[in-house]
Amino acid sequence: MISRRSFCKKSLLIAGGLAIPLSCLELFDPKRLLAEKDEKGARWVFLVDTRKCVGCGFCVKGCKVENEVPYDANVTRTWVERYVVTKDGKTHIDSPKGARDGFPNKGIDIGHGKLEEIKDEDIEKAFFVPKLCNQCDNPPCVQVCPVGATYQTADGVVLVDRKWCIGCGYCIMGCPYGVRFFHPVFHVAEKCNFCYHRITKGMQTACVDSCAFGARRVGNLRDPEDPVTKVIMTERVNVLKEEYGTKPQVFYLGLSKEVK
Amino acid sequence: MVHGEAWTIKEFFTYPNEYIYWTIQIVMYPFMTGLVAGAFVLSSLYHVFGVKQLKGIARFSLVFSFALLPVAMLPLLMHLQQPLRGIEVMLTPHFTSAIAAFGIVFSTYGMIVASELWFVFRKHFVETALALKAIEGRTVLQQGQYLLFSILTLGAWDISHDALEADERAVKKLAAAGIPVACFLHGYAGFIFGSVKANALWMTPLMPVIFICSAVVSGIALCILTYILTMEIRKQLSRRRRLAHPELPSMDELKSAEAHVVAMTSRYLLMFMVAAITLELLDLIFRGYTAVKSWDILRSVIYERDFVNIFVVQYGLGNLVPFVLFLIPGLTIRRAAVGTVLVLLGVFMMRWNVVIGGQAFSSSFSGFMHYVLPLWPDSMETLKEGLVGALIVAGVPFCLFYLLNKVMPVFKETH
Repeated sequence: MISRRSFCKKSLLIAGGLAIPLSCLELFDPKRLLAEKDEKGARWVFLVDTRKCVGCGFCVKGCKVENEVPYDANVTRTWVERYVVTKDGKTHIDSPKGARDGFPNKGIDIGHGKLEEIKDEDIEKAFFVPKLCNQCDNPPCVQVCPVGATYQTADGVVLVDRKWCIGCGYCIMGCPYGVRFFHPVFHVAEKCNFCYHRITKGMQTACVDSCAFGARRVGNLRDPEDPVTKVIMTERVNVLKEEYGTKPQVFYLGLSKEVK
Repeated sequence: MVHGEAWTIKEFFTYPNEYIYWTIQIVMYPFMTGLVAGAFVLSSLYHVFGVKQLKGIARFSLVFSFALLPVAMLPLLMHLQQPLRGIEVMLTPHFTSAIAAFGIVFSTYGMIVASELWFVFRKHFVETALALKAIEGRTVLQQGQYLLFSILTLGAWDISHDALEADERAVKKLAAAGIPVACFLHGYAGFIFGSVKANALWMTPLMPVIFICSAVVSGIALCILTYILTMEIRKQLSRRRRLAHPELPSMDELKSAEAHVVAMTSRYLLMFMVAAITLELLDLIFRGYTAVKSWDILRSVIYERDFVNIFVVQYGLGNLVPFVLFLIPGLTIRRAAVGTVLVLLGVFMMRWNVVIGGQAFSSSFSGFMHYVLPLWPDSMETLKEGLVGALIVAGVPFCLFYLLNKVMPVFKETH
């Protein structure tokens, strides 16, 4: 008969062995390793020309319709910010409803339904900045997801598996850009995915298609002939919040120091 | 309405998707986990370090720690948007995430406490089972009890002197192994926050250590308070029972045992309090001194918007007042009770100020968000993440403790 001591030893050994999760085997997934080394594959990037944005909000509308984000919900995958810098050095920022309807009021939305009026003669400069997920090379949201529902594809896009997300909100907290939110219908983490279903078929993203002014462009950084790649390589582009070490892949032309 | 909109008030510029996503349940989570860790550390002081004076409260706090254990998970589950998928954290853990460590640390800790409890109460299980076995013509209830206690013995019926000594040694080893695991259990709860680089208030390596120290403080405080309350109830019960059974301990005997234990335990409470407050203040001073980019908005949250919560309620009422109460010589039970309630309030407010305060400002550093605690639930969401949800979480451990006490009587002399 098996002794109690050896029973305990053996069951601990078996339990320990079973505890090694199968997910560890992902490390040796040859397909993934190959994809990461594949120089011919794409690395999707985004180029925003803030000098061309007029704040019409068509991109926000287009995105909501394309990606089934409820039109009236106060969350959005992409949005446009308005910056008004006054002569006294203050920066006034707003983005009412993410600029879904553009900026219908001249006053700056300061919350509680109040508007702050700014006189024309006090304005030093004013501009619009479109925002979207930065599809970081070192995405904190992928790092913190406890179940691997947020993951990065070989071509650099960060996706969320709606069937796997447990809705803990850790990725929302981990993102310095505030691009993530809970989907009001599916109740899982939601974010911009560069319209992955479109770009992988050779199409443009919905927001790029909606922008009448050419302020938004999507491109493949691994293709030296891509016009977006040419701009990123040859012109003075900037990224948002570089200090977080996330290596954002949305590049901005004409970014101003006031942009948060 | 999107998640978070029901309780978030925005002011100035915040990103459109920003809401208070981590609400009172995420305040309850480190609070309850802290109580688990603290109660265990208190019981280990006797088992490992041989602090004999704490014998009375050691077994009590061990059982209480076990009762608190499932409740550490409850707030997390209640806060999940997909609670039915919560088990995935255990089944498909993604190890770069601090939350994924939860499954492993939590179950390891649970097993350690369960085994320790088994060794402590094995004699009681055997004796009870044998006593029930001796009864002829057992009722259904007695038969059920007999089955339960027989199973609990796990087939180890030997209660000879040698076997019991072996039990004692096992308890000591398990308690020793449990201390680092209990600290790790809570340390990683602090790590969950401390590692969020996107949040200027949370981002500090001190976070896990601060959490561990205040966890031990809250655990000890709750054990003292619950001990006082249960002893009071026992006194009232014994007054009635002594009329029938004069051999039971008298009121005075119970009272002096209580006073002695409380005085001794509160000394340890004070020690850990000093460590916790020092670290918290160090963090605050360091932030002000280095004054990096985020300090401007942090200062306005700490010194203006959350001033009452942080300096009046947390540091004043929750730290300074109980500190003075415990330091005044001649500690009475009543004063200790008031002190421990205030200490618990202080630790709860520390969690609140970290979790809610950390979300009180926008990542844009240009706007603020205010959390309005939903008092009366009008939807499942406001029920789960409001006052009612928090009260459910707070009440469950006491119900569990009551049930556990039926099986593992904390006041019975077993060895």
